[in-house]
Amino acid sequence: MDKNLTFPKKPYRTHGGVHVPHRKNTAHAQSVIMPPPSSVTIPMSQHIGAPCKPVVKVGDVVSVGQIIGDSDAYVSAPIHSSVSGTVKKIEKIAAADGSKVDAITIESDGEMRMYEGITPPVINDLSDLLKAVRASGLVGLGGAGFPAHVKLNIPPDKEVDTLIINVAECEPYITADHREVLENSWAVMSGVYALKDILGLKRIIIGVENNKPDAIKELRTIADHEVDKYDEVRILALKASYPYGAEKVLIKACTNRTVPMGGLPSDAGCIVMNVASVAFLAEYMKTGVPLVKKRITVDGDAIKNPQNVIVPVGTSVKDIIEFCGGYKEEPKKLIMGGPMMGASVSDDSLFIAKQNNAILAFSEKEARLREESACIRCGRCVDACPMKLMPTSICQAVDAKDTKAMMNANILNCMECGCCSYACPANRHLVHNIRLGKQILNNEKKRQMTLKEGK
Amino acid sequence: MDNKMYVSSSPHFRSNSSTTKIMLDVIIALVPASIASVIIFGPMSLMLIAVCIATCVLCEYFSRKIMKRDTTIGDLSAVVTGLLLALNLPVNINPLIAIFGCVVAIVVVKQMFGGIGMNFVNPALAARIVLLVSFPNAMMTWVDAFWYKNPDAVASATPLSCETPASYMDLLLGTTGGSLGETCAVALVLGGIYLVIKKVISPIIPCVYILSSGLMALVVGEDPLYQILSGGLLLGAIFMATDYATSPITKWGKVIFAIGCGVLTILLRTYSNMPEGVSFSIILMNILVPHIEALTTPKAFGKVKKAKGDK
Repeated sequence: MDKNLTFPKKPYRTHGGVHVPHRKNTAHAQSVIMPPPSSVTIPMSQHIGAPCKPVVKVGDVVSVGQIIGDSDAYVSAPIHSSVSGTVKKIEKIAAADGSKVDAITIESDGEMRMYEGITPPVINDLSDLLKAVRASGLVGLGGAGFPAHVKLNIPPDKEVDTLIINVAECEPYITADHREVLENSWAVMSGVYALKDILGLKRIIIGVENNKPDAIKELRTIADHEVDKYDEVRILALKASYPYGAEKVLIKACTNRTVPMGGLPSDAGCIVMNVASVAFLAEYMKTGVPLVKKRITVDGDAIKNPQNVIVPVGTSVKDIIEFCGGYKEEPKKLIMGGPMMGASVSDDSLFIAKQNNAILAFSEKEARLREESACIRCGRCVDACPMKLMPTSICQAVDAKDTKAMMNANILNCMECGCCSYACPANRHLVHNIRLGKQILNNEKKRQMTLKEGK
Repeated sequence: MDNKMYVSSSPHFRSNSSTTKIMLDVIIALVPASIASVIIFGPMSLMLIAVCIATCVLCEYFSRKIMKRDTTIGDLSAVVTGLLLALNLPVNINPLIAIFGCVVAIVVVKQMFGGIGMNFVNPALAARIVLLVSFPNAMMTWVDAFWYKNPDAVASATPLSCETPASYMDLLLGTTGGSLGETCAVALVLGGIYLVIKKVISPIIPCVYILSSGLMALVVGEDPLYQILSGGLLLGAIFMATDYATSPITKWGKVIFAIGCGVLTILLRTYSNMPEGVSFSIILMNILVPHIEALTTPKAFGKVKKAKGDK
C-alpha cells in the first residue's frame, strides 16, 4: 500500500469543539415507516444550486419516482414525486429560511404506485455513475444538500485518494444516520465498495463517534469480512465531541490534512459523503428508485413518542408530528435539523425536504431564550472555535460594520457550527452576529457591483 | 397551532455556564485566603472585607442607575472586585480610605469605561495603586500576624521590606506581615487549583508568571522561592493577572503577558525604591494587552498557501 495512505489508529488532533449533551433518545428503537400522508408538498429547491422548474401541470397523474421538477443547470438535482396521485396545485411557499420557492402539491391516492420507467441504472464507469447519481436526485443528506453528482465529479487538476464516510452525527438528538447504519448496514457497505471501485480509491475511512459503539461494531464486522481483501476500508472511532461531523474537521481528524480556506475537500485529496447518501446510492444502483423518502428523527421534550420515521419527501411536519403521537405539551420552539445548526421555524406547516434529518419540538422550559449580557472576555469562544477564529473580534468588527476588519478576522471561514455561542457564559449571540456580518459583506459586494456597472 | 413560537438563530442550545457562576467560583476560590486573613489578622479583616464588598456593590448599583444602564450587580463581579481590593489592603487601614478605594475601582476604573469586560486595567489593582500613591503611610503600615492577641504589638514590615527574612514555613502559612490576603501561600494556591479545575482560568498565566519571576529572581541574584512566596506575587499571579477583561484571550498572548508580569515584578522589587512590584507590573502589562493580542492572533484553520498533510 502507498505509504502515504495510512489509516490512523486514533483521530488526529483537531482544534476547539464543545461537549454538547448527546440526548440520543431514539438510538435504540427501530425506525417506523410512516404510511403515505393524504397529500405532500414538494418544494422545487431542496439543494444548493439552481432551483428546479416544475415539469408537471395541475391535474396530472403522477407516480412514485416520476420526475416532477428539473433544471438544465449543472449544480442542481431533479426532484421526483414521492407518492402516487394527482397534482393539485403549484404555488410559491415559504421555505425554512424564509425565502419563497415553487412547490408542487400532490394529493396521494394511497397506493404508492411505482413509476413504470424505473429501472436500475447500468454503471460501467465514472461518467455512467455521475449520470446515474444526477438522475437519482441525490443531494448531500447530511444537511447541506449539495448535489452529489457535482461532489463526485472531481476536477481533473485535483488528485483525490481518500473517501471519508461521515457517520459522526455530532448534533444532539439526531440518530437518523445511526439507525441507517444499524438497519441498513448492507447498503452502507455495498455503497462504500461500489464508490471505491468506480472512483478507484485505495483508502476509505468511515468516521463514527464513539457514542455509537453498536454502529462501530456492526460496520467493523462487515469491513473485516473477506470483501475487503486489500484492507482498504477501515472504521475510525472518533471521540464524541461537537462538531466532528463538520467536513473540514472530519478531514483533519481522519487524515491530518487541512482544507485550505475557501477550498473544497478535494483540495485536501478527500471526498466526504454522508452515510445515508452512500446507503441510498447502493439501493438506487440495485432498484433504480430515486430519492423519494427520508429517515427523520423526531424528538424534543414536547414530542409524545420520539422516534425515527421514514417519510415521503414533501410530507408536512404537522403530519409527521401527529404520526408520532402529537405534542406532549405546548411546543414553543420547532427546529428543522439539530439544535446546534438547525433552523427554527415559526410553525409546523413546513414540508420535509431531501436534506432534512430531524424535527425537534421543545417546550417553554427548553426553548426560552436567555438574556444576553456584556462580553467578559473570558476567551471561551476562542478556545471552542474549530476554525481557530476569534469570534469576539469578528463580532466587534460586525458591530462597527467594518467590512475590512471582518475580512481580516476571516469571517468567511466561519461555518456557523455554533460552538462559540454555546460556550459563551454571557449568552452572546455570536453566530447570529457573524451571519449578520456575512450579510453586510454580501450587500457591500452587490453595491460595488452595481456601482461598477453604473460607470 | 395558535401559540407563538420562539424563532431564533442557531445554536438553540447553550451551555450552563454564566457570568454569575464564573464570578461565584472566583469568590469560592478566595474563601480560603479570606479565612486565613481572619485567622492571621483578626476580626478587623472580616470587617474590612465586608465594608469593601458592600461599597463596591453599592457603587456599581448607583453608577449604573445614574448612567441609565441596566443593573448588573447580579453578575457578582462587583463582589469580586471588593473582595480582591480588601485582600490587598493592610488590616488596620482607616475604613474611609478603603471606601475611597472602592469608589475608584468601581466608578472610575470599571463603570466609566463601560462596565464589566470593558475596563482596560484591573479595577482592584488600579484602586490599590491610587491608594498607595495618595496614602502611602496608611498603605504601608503593616502589623505582625496575630497582633490582635498582643495589645502591645508594634508596626511591623512585610517579608520583602524587613531586614530579617521570614522562614519558608511562615510564608507558606502566611504568619507574616502584609496585606490581608497575600500572606498565606497555601490558601492562595488552593484557590488557584480550584479555579483551574473548574476551568474558570487557564493555568497558563499563573504558572508562567511564577516560573518567569523565579527565573528572573535567579538572574538578579535573589532567592527565587522567597520571592515567589512573599509579597503579593501569588495573589497577583492567580487572581489579578488572570482577570478576563485585562489579560489576553489568546494562548500565546497569555504566555507573553505572564512573562512580562513576572520579569517586571522582580525588576521593580529589586531596583525600584518600593518593596513591592506586583501591582505596577500587572497594570503595565494590562495596558499592553490589546497589542499583545494583535500580535498573537491564532492562524485560522486552513489559512495556508498549500494544504499541509501526509500527501
